Amino acid sequence: MTVQDRVVGTPSPRVDGRAKVTGIAAYAYDRPVDDPVYAHPLQATIARGRVAAIDDVAAAGVKGVLAVVTHRDAARLADTEDAELSVLQSDEVAFRGQFIGVVLAETPEIARHAAGLVRVEYDEEPHDTELRADRTDLYAPEQVNGGFATDTDEGDVDAAMAAAAVTVDEIYTTPMEHNNPMEPHSTVAIWNPGGGFPEAPRLTLFDSTQSVHSVRSTLARVFGLRPEQVRVVSPYVGGGFGSKGMAHAHNVLAVLAARAVAGRPVKLALTRHQMFSLAGHRTPTIQRVRLGADEAGRMTAVAHEAVEHTSKIKEFAEQTAVGTRMMYAAPNRRTSHRVAALDVPVPSWMRAPGEAPGFFGLEVAMDELAAACGLDPIELRARNDPRSDPESGRPWSGRHLVRCLREGAARFGWEDRPVVPGTRRRGRELVGMGVASSTYPYYRFPGSRAVVAYGGRGRYTVRIGAADIGTGAWTVLTQIAADALGCPLGAVSVEIGDSGLPSATVAGGSSGTTSWGSTIVAACRSFRRVYGDDPPPGAEAGDDMPENPDAERYSMHSFGAQFAEVRVDADTGEIRVPRMLGVFSVGRVINPRTARSQFIGGMTMGLSMALLERSVLDHRTGHVINHDFAEYLIATNADVMDVDAVWLDEEDVHAGPLGARGIGEIGIVGAAAAIANAVHNATGIRVRDLPITPDLLLR
Amino acid sequence: MDARITLRVDGRDRSLTVDTRTTLLDALRDHLSVTSPKKGCDHGQCGACTVLLDGRRVVSCLTFAVAHDGADVTTAEGLAEGGEPHPVQRAFLEQDGFQCGFCTPGQICSAVGMLEEVKAGHPSHVTDDLTGPVTLDDEEIRERLSGNLCRCGAYVNIVAALREEADS
Ligand code: FES
Ligand code: FES
Repeated sequence: MTVQDRVVGTPSPRVDGRAKVTGIAAYAYDRPVDDPVYAHPLQATIARGRVAAIDDVAAAGVKGVLAVVTHRDAARLADTEDAELSVLQSDEVAFRGQFIGVVLAETPEIARHAAGLVRVEYDEEPHDTELRADRTDLYAPEQVNGGFATDTDEGDVDAAMAAAAVTVDEIYTTPMEHNNPMEPHSTVAIWNPGGGFPEAPRLTLFDSTQSVHSVRSTLARVFGLRPEQVRVVSPYVGGGFGSKGMAHAHNVLAVLAARAVAGRPVKLALTRHQMFSLAGHRTPTIQRVRLGADEAGRMTAVAHEAVEHTSKIKEFAEQTAVGTRMMYAAPNRRTSHRVAALDVPVPSWMRAPGEAPGFFGLEVAMDELAAACGLDPIELRARNDPRSDPESGRPWSGRHLVRCLREGAARFGWEDRPVVPGTRRRGRELVGMGVASSTYPYYRFPGSRAVVAYGGRGRYTVRIGAADIGTGAWTVLTQIAADALGCPLGAVSVEIGDSGLPSATVAGGSSGTTSWGSTIVAACRSFRRVYGDDPPPGAEAGDDMPENPDAERYSMHSFGAQFAEVRVDADTGEIRVPRMLGVFSVGRVINPRTARSQFIGGMTMGLSMALLERSVLDHRTGHVINHDFAEYLIATNADVMDVDAVWLDEEDVHAGPLGARGIGEIGIVGAAAAIANAVHNATGIRVRDLPITPDLLLR
Repeated sequence: MDARITLRVDGRDRSLTVDTRTTLLDALRDHLSVTSPKKGCDHGQCGACTVLLDGRRVVSCLTFAVAHDGADVTTAEGLAEGGEPHPVQRAFLEQDGFQCGFCTPGQICSAVGMLEEVKAGHPSHVTDDLTGPVTLDDEEIRERLSGNLCRCGAYVNIVAALREEADS
C-alpha cells in the first residue's frame, strides 16, 4: 500500500527556505551561548614520529589564554579503539596535520596568536604517503565500505579476454579529493561540571553533523558516558557530502577542551586549511578496467581492479569497483580492491563513495569499447543491459537504464554528435558530446523511530532526529507526514536535528528519505490506528522503520544517463561545458523542486571532479599543499552553464510505502565520465586521469 | 590592542570594543551575534561572508573592523526589511537557489551589490563594450557572482533567480 498523494509529488518550497535566505538560520557555531571560550587547535607539522617536547610557556603567558591542552594533560578517554578519535592520548604522530593540542582563550584572536607561540619538537620518523599500483605492501581488506565483499570472480575473465574479438585494457586514475562543504566542521561543546544527569546532560554539543545520534553514541562511548548524558543539537547543516556523516577528531578535541574549562561553552570551528587533514577525504584510485566483447559488442568479460589508500591508523577501504558487479551482462566478471596503508589523514565518505570514482573508470572504458566495436555508446550499453542482476541473480525492482539513455539522447540531440572524434570545429573551438551511465544502490538503514503528537487545533508535530544537510529532507518529511496523516502541509511541523528526538539514522547513502520517510509513514499510521481522525490534544504515538521484505527479494538500484557537451579551445586547451543533462530513474520523486536541485547539484560536483578537483599530497612532507579554495579548485558559477536534470515518471513498488529510492548521490556518478567522453569526442584525445586539465589537450 | 568603534548594522547603531586584529566578519559574528554572514574560509576565497559595506559588496573576513568605525553594514538579515524578504531573496526562494543555505546570505548580498554595480555601468571581465550600459545576461551574472562559491552546486538556480531580477 502506498500513501495517498496529495502534497507528495508537488514542488513544495523548502520549509527552511525563508530562514536560509534571510540568514537567520543558526548553524552550529552561530548558536548564541554565554561566556564562550574559543579554541584554536595545534597540528603536527611532521607526517610520522613523536612529539618530543612542547614549550607552551609563552603561549600560556598571553593575557586571555585559559589553557593549552596537549597529550600531557588531556583527560584520558574511556575508549581509544578508534584511533582517529583517540585524540591527545599519546605523543605519537600518525599523519601531518593531526591534532597535538589546543589553545583555549577568551577571544579567537588571542587563541590563534597564542597557538602560533607554542614551540614543538619532534622525533621524526620516515613517512610514506605515495600510492602506487606496484607497491609490494598492497593488501586485501576484509571487506570494503558498505560491508561488500572485497573481491568477486565469476567465470574466467582471463580466458574470455584472450578469446574476445574486441578488448579494452586500460588504467584510469582519480585523485585524492576533499568534500569541502561550505560550512567548516564546527562544534560548540559544553561540559556540565555538576554531572547533571538526570537533571541536565553532562555534555551538550551544538554540532554540524549528518547524524546527531551517531555523534551522540560515539562520544558517549569515547568519554565513558551513557548516551542519555549526551545531547547533540544540529538543526542546520552547511553541507557535508559524507564528511559530517560520523564524529571526527574535532568533536573529541572540543569535548576535551570543554572538560578543561568545565562549565563554559567551547567554540571550535576548523579552518578551511585544517579540514584538509581532519575531516575525511576521498582516496585516490588507480583502476585497471578490462572489457571484452564479440564483434557485435556483446560483452564477454568485465574486470575492474582498484588500488587505493587508507590511513595506517584506521582503515577505510572504498568500494570503488562494487558498482561494476551488477552493471553489465558479461558472463565473466572480476572485481577487486587492494589497499595501501599510508601515513595519510583518515579517508572517509565523499558523495557516492565507490560509484563516483569507479564509474569514471568503468564508463570511460565503455566509451572506449564502443569505439573499438564501432558502435554508438548508447547502443553498446543497450546491448549489454542485463535482464536480472548479474551478481545476485535477483530480478530488478526496476532497471530503466536504457530508457534513461534513449530519453536523454532524444532530449539532448545526441544524433548530432560527431561520429568521428576531433572533426567538429566552431571557430577556435572543438566541440563534442559524451554519455555515461549512472547508478546508485537503494539503501535503507534500520534504526529510526518517529513520534507523532497532536497539539490541538488541527496541528501535528512529527519528531525524528533526522538531518537536512541541504537535501530538502525537512520539506519532504513534512510532505510525507502531511499525506500520511491526511492533513494539509501547513498543519504539520517536523522537528529534526536533535538527539533528544527519536533516533534516526545518518543522512548518508541517499537513504534519508526512504529510511526516515517510511518510518514517519509507519508512525502516522500507528497514530491514526490508536486515535482515529479526531485525536485529543496531547495524543502521541510512534513507530519504528517498517521492514521491507522486498529489499531481500529484488535487486534495487537507481539508474541514470549523463550527457555532456564540451567545447575545447584548440589553441589553449581550455575546456567549457555548455550543456549537461541527466535523466534519472529513482522511483517516485517526492518533491520535484528539491530533487532537481539534488540532481543538478550532484552533476555540478561531477563537473568539478572532471575538470578541477585534485588534492596534491607532497610526498616529501606528507602535506596536502593546496589546502584552500585558492588552490583546491571547485566549480564556480562561471564554470557552470546549462545543467539540467529530468526523471522518469515512475514509482518503485518494491521500495516501501513511498515507492522512492535515493537521489542525493546519483547525480555525481558518471558525470565526470560523460565529460571525459565528450572531450574525447571533441578532440580525439582520451584522458584517463582526472582532473582533465588544458595541458592534457595540447598537442 | 583594543579600539572602541561604532557600526551601523542592519539599521541599528552598535558600539563595541574590538581587538584591532578582529575582522569585520568576527566583529559581526562573535561580538554582535549577527550571524547571517558566514565564515567559509576566512581568506577571501569563498564569498560566504559577503556583506554590503556602505552599499558596496565586500568579503568581511578580509577587512579589519577597526578600519570601519562609523560604517554602514547591511547583511542578508538586514535586507529583509521588517522580516519581509527582499526581492532577490524571494527570487532565490522561488528558483530554489540554494540547498544547505550556508553560502546563501553571502550570495544574496553579493547579488544585491552586483545589481547596483550593473546599474552604475561597471563593466566585468566578460563585458564587450566597456563604455556603454551593461546588459545583464547569463554570462554576466555568472562572471559577476563567481566570487561566491556554492558547494551544493546551486549555481544554475542562482542564475535563474537573478535572471528574473534582471528582467524585472
Ligand atoms: S569567509 Fe570570507 S571569503 Fe570566505
Ligand atoms: S547552498 Fe550549500 S553551499 Fe551553497
